[in-house]
Amino acid sequence: MIALLIRDLRLALRAGGGFGLGLAFFLLLAVLIPLGVGPEGGTLAKIAPGVLWVGALLACLLSLDRIFALDFEDGSLDLLATAPIPLEGVVAVKALAHWLVTGLPLTLAAPLLGVLLHLPGQGYGWLLASLALGTPALSSIGAFGAALVVGVKRGGLLLSLLVLPLYVPTLIFGAEVVKRGAAGMETGVPLAMLAAITLGAMAALPFASALALRINLR
Amino acid sequence: MSLWEYANPKKFSETAARLLPVVAPLAGLCLAIGLIWGFFFTPDDYKQGSTVKIIFLHVPAAMMAINAWIMMLVASLVWIVRRHHVSALAAKAAAPIGMVFTLIALATGAFWGQPMWGTWWEWDPRLTSFLILLLFYLGYIALWQAVESPDTAADLTGVLCIVGSVFAVLSRYAVKFWNQGLHQDSTIMKVGEKDPLDPAYYWPLIVCLIGVVALFVALVLLRTVTEIRLRRLAAIEAREKFE
Repeated sequence: MIALLIRDLRLALRAGGGFGLGLAFFLLLAVLIPLGVGPEGGTLAKIAPGVLWVGALLACLLSLDRIFALDFEDGSLDLLATAPIPLEGVVAVKALAHWLVTGLPLTLAAPLLGVLLHLPGQGYGWLLASLALGTPALSSIGAFGAALVVGVKRGGLLLSLLVLPLYVPTLIFGAEVVKRGAAGMETGVPLAMLAAITLGAMAALPFASALALRINLR
Repeated sequence: MSLWEYANPKKFSETAARLLPVVAPLAGLCLAIGLIWGFFFTPDDYKQGSTVKIIFLHVPAAMMAINAWIMMLVASLVWIVRRHHVSALAAKAAAPIGMVFTLIALATGAFWGQPMWGTWWEWDPRLTSFLILLLFYLGYIALWQAVESPDTAADLTGVLCIVGSVFAVLSRYAVKFWNQGLHQDSTIMKVGEKDPLDPAYYWPLIVCLIGVVALFVALVLLRTVTEIRLRRLAAIEAREKFE
């Protein structure tokens, strides 16, 4: 499994393109929103938590279809399915690899973009914490969506239609943490809910994703 | 005699053909009586005026929007566990109907909300949940359309329906947490309480509810039989290609 993780990371970094694009997209979004909304600090500070979370979510969405599509096309997914490690483990590792190359950089870049959006000072810690806690759920859920549409030609748009409704609870609790943190309020409840969603998604969804993959590989 | 006999497509079609002439007129009759009674022969509310009468369309549609999804969930589980094709086709047949009920509930709610709340749309937990439910229906239908092999499509949509149900419930509680509500709680059929709804509204509403349930059953039967026939047609065409 570690070998698989290293292989996926290597492929993601050396093949370039896809995964770096997510980060660039996140940056562009944080630049375009103030251009559209106007430069008033008050307004921007108010919408910053939501914008950053929606941006991270969309950036994550961009690279989802690459989780399984390339391996499906060249047949290595069939090999992985017949390999001695369980397919559930393969899915979990691939979701982890996706998180390492998208979720983690997005989390680390978010505070910088928070400056662009005038996020209040108390909010930065919570922004980092909520993204670090929440983005693994985005990768897990996304891997499930990608497993569903792996057999579909040009499944990109379909993938976003399937995955975005599933992202709703994560987005609500994640943005709520930052909003409350920036306003100096208690953040315990949404943070706990966010952690619960992430842990639940990481524990349960690989089984559903593996089931979907087996169906697609039949 | 067991329930699973109806999993046989032939048996199902025959039963549907016998049930439809009963259920469809029942739906038409109940809806006609309930809506005419509700719209023209009930008093105006002292606060809401005649806008209160939209309840006769709004509440049944909203109820069926949720129940249709639950029916799809049960049908998907039956398909995944017991591999009865009729069950998968029934889930497929129910999805667009449920989506239309969701749209009706949202639209009638907007028409009522405009004069009463002063807005067409409010980001209220109930309203938002319904919008999210609509997205789930859209995704489900789109996945059925996108996958070519019918068995693969049935399997994948089944898995999506089950996972989606969990997330739909999660979203329901998440949006409650996210915003305080403007929408009132449900007023009828609460356990252990006297219904606060006036009897003048109560009975036409019950008739409408029965009518909508009958309409849903009739449409699902009809559409499932259509799907079975389409499946047969495809099988015949495939066989002719070989001969």
